[in-house]
Amino acid sequence: MTTTTTSRDAAPVHPGARKGPRQPIVRQLERVALPVALAVLAMIFCVLRPDTFATVDNLSAILGSQAVLVVVALGLLVPLRAGDFDLSVGGTLTLSAMLVAVLNGEHGVPLSATIFIALGAGALVGLVNGLFVLYFGINSFIVTLGVGQLLLGIVSLLSGNRIVSGIDQSLLDAVVLRRFLGVPLGFYYAALLCLLLWYVFEYTTVGRRLLFVGAGRDVARLSGVRVNRVRLGSLVAAGVIAALAGVLYAGTTGSADPRGGTAYLLPAFAAAFLGATSISPGRFNPWGTLIAAYFLLVGITGLQMLGAQTYVQDLFYGGALVLAVALSQLLRGRRPQEFS
Amino acid sequence: MSQAALAHAVYEPVLRFSSLSKTFGGTRALQSIDFDVAPGEVHGLVGHNGSGKSTLIKVLAAYHDPDAGAFLAIGGSSVAFPATQEQIHALGVRFVHQDLGLIPTLSVAENLLLGSIAAERRKHSGMRRLCGEAAGLLARYGLDLDPGMAVSTLSAVQRANLAIVRAVGGDLRGVSDAVRLIVLDEPTAFLPADDKQHLYQLIRQVVAQGSSVLFVSHFLDEVIELCDRVTVLRDGHVVAHGLETMGMSTDTLVGHIVGHDNRRERALLSAPAPGTYVDVRGLNAGRLRDVSFEVARGEILGVTGLLGSGFEDVPPALFGAIQASGELDVDGRTVGLRRQQPHAAVGAGIAFVPADRNRQGVVPTLDISDNLSLLVLRKYLRAAVLRRGRIRNDAGTLLDDFDVRPRTPWAVTAALSGGNAQKVLLAKWLRCQPKLLLLVEPTQGVDVTSRLQIEQMLVTRAGQGMSVICATADPEQLEALCHRVLVMHEGRIAAELTGSAVNKHDIAEACLRSGGRPTQLKGSESHA
Repeated sequence: MTTTTTSRDAAPVHPGARKGPRQPIVRQLERVALPVALAVLAMIFCVLRPDTFATVDNLSAILGSQAVLVVVALGLLVPLRAGDFDLSVGGTLTLSAMLVAVLNGEHGVPLSATIFIALGAGALVGLVNGLFVLYFGINSFIVTLGVGQLLLGIVSLLSGNRIVSGIDQSLLDAVVLRRFLGVPLGFYYAALLCLLLWYVFEYTTVGRRLLFVGAGRDVARLSGVRVNRVRLGSLVAAGVIAALAGVLYAGTTGSADPRGGTAYLLPAFAAAFLGATSISPGRFNPWGTLIAAYFLLVGITGLQMLGAQTYVQDLFYGGALVLAVALSQLLRGRRPQEFS
Repeated sequence: MSQAALAHAVYEPVLRFSSLSKTFGGTRALQSIDFDVAPGEVHGLVGHNGSGKSTLIKVLAAYHDPDAGAFLAIGGSSVAFPATQEQIHALGVRFVHQDLGLIPTLSVAENLLLGSIAAERRKHSGMRRLCGEAAGLLARYGLDLDPGMAVSTLSAVQRANLAIVRAVGGDLRGVSDAVRLIVLDEPTAFLPADDKQHLYQLIRQVVAQGSSVLFVSHFLDEVIELCDRVTVLRDGHVVAHGLETMGMSTDTLVGHIVGHDNRRERALLSAPAPGTYVDVRGLNAGRLRDVSFEVARGEILGVTGLLGSGFEDVPPALFGAIQASGELDVDGRTVGLRRQQPHAAVGAGIAFVPADRNRQGVVPTLDISDNLSLLVLRKYLRAAVLRRGRIRNDAGTLLDDFDVRPRTPWAVTAALSGGNAQKVLLAKWLRCQPKLLLLVEPTQGVDVTSRLQIEQMLVTRAGQGMSVICATADPEQLEALCHRVLVMHEGRIAAELTGSAVNKHDIAEACLRSGGRPTQLKGSESHA
């Protein structure tokens, strides 16, 4: 170990040289623990339920139909990385799905226009969150908790508190019915979003600033980063991505349920926090989140196939969130995480 | 040991230290200190920054353990080290620190009786009962305060008084552990001069009721006025112990504090370019009141003063890090400071190295190369992709240039020692080639070698045309670094030192004298 370090120190660093000396084995294990756990879990279920779990249908169901969860979790990631919470994503998702259902399903507005309006509504929600968080200086946890509930009220008003259906078949086609390599297109949207976020976080100036705003807000401000802009941008991005998840939701079920989106909030947080223990441990990251989301989905699907009742879902999601937070705390050396 | 020590004492001291030394790493902060406080006296403790005052107080507070062989007795009973804070408290020593430790949102009564509420000795802590008890306690010390008022509505001196009364009587214990000694650690630094008399009155009351007071302060006039005796520390030694203050002049005290060591040769500073490069007009911020000064191109200007003088507010105010007003010109461009923002300051070629390295300077949890590149990210963009290999490469080169060890751009910044982290912070800013560099205590928590390297780096950069404003309380650093030094007092420029007057002796003296308004004239006469 020592000798490799010295030789590296002496040698000039070449462009594109890979990251540093080999990290301690524990660190390496930390990075891959979650993907390995996912693989092990999947294998266990394959062995126990070869007829139902280990099938192409099941794989495509898990990957495709649950793309909504992955997208919401990825959306959450943006403000989390900047040190802010967004609890309104469940409400935004529901609002967006309902807008698509009401405008397209009931009033026959063209699909592309309704999607545009839904995403715009998501951006508006982000702006409202940002206004209260930044202008009035209120904790984002409280603001978004309130705004999320407020959105559910709007959705009830909009829909008359009933399930609205009749959405254009082409949306269903584009999300779940059409497949590529046997997997519904919805999965690829989520994967593309993951790729996009990874690029933005790691390879753009905006992403680097976002990281500094989350990890050291004062340092960022005193280095000339316009912290408020970055935080506003992250909340708007979360709104738009949550709205996108709402569009996928509408495309998955062909309808919109006035309470349907709220069920995604907790699992999304569980995925984001669990994801932060992996890939780049201690940091909210898109690939970790993607893997964590599928870890949760595989776990629940498998347990249900083993005959567990529906309560297992709540146990699994709730337990995973608390465990994940505890784990990330350990990774950060037990320093309390600062959110605002 | 204790028998012999006490044999020649006329009285039983309230506090007695002997053969007290304290070593940090290789440096001795305190060297065989002998020191005592008599019953019923106000004892002053003075000395410059780094003289060992705060280390002494921290040993007494059981925050630091002294080196082996130290002896401490409180009220006649000796204390074995390592001592605990509970032990010291039980022996009747109380501390009032400069931040006072009050909870602003709670009432006077709640703050006053916090100790006894926390001790769970009381069965009734209803507001009316609390207020009654508090009123009694306040009356005992002649304080006219409404117990129901929120502390946030009190004036600075009222808060200081409240903190002292709480220290004396707040926990209402039995007579057995009566308060013997109150340590006041720079309680007046942030008080308006006119209000200080209220504090003195209270301190005299406290002494009249049987406690002793150890009064730590930089303000020599108030030490002479208030204290019966005074002890002076310099470079970890007691240079004068228990001097009677009766009839003492500030000059005598200044002489003891500053000493008369030989002047060192100053580092070779290249002469700044003629004319004004940076012009500050009518600066108001924090404690600063209508401050104006100029800095030449390539000049290193020191800004200093005592605690509470506001000197450390100058750099953040010019950078837009704190609320300010006034005007700033840099290289012909004028900025209104009321609207100054860090991002605009960065754009105007201003760099700011704050004192709090880990909260404001660099992010300890992020990689060294991340911290180094934050200000120059744009440079690495090609086709909308950051070239991270090159970022890390350049970071490695910078670590070489600034002699940061270990040379590991990929490691988290928290892995570096204080000196190396400070070099990273400097490298982060200096790589932007700023026109004006603003520093606050640039070598705080930095080892000696790094400190010299950093000072040399600053001198070199100034020689290449960068202007520097360095706010520090360290006269030695000012001497090593600065062409010119401004001494602040109560938010205004009290003195300006140039040329050969920029030496630690004169700087320290100017700081100490600036605090003593009434005797200032007399002091400078006798000095002339």
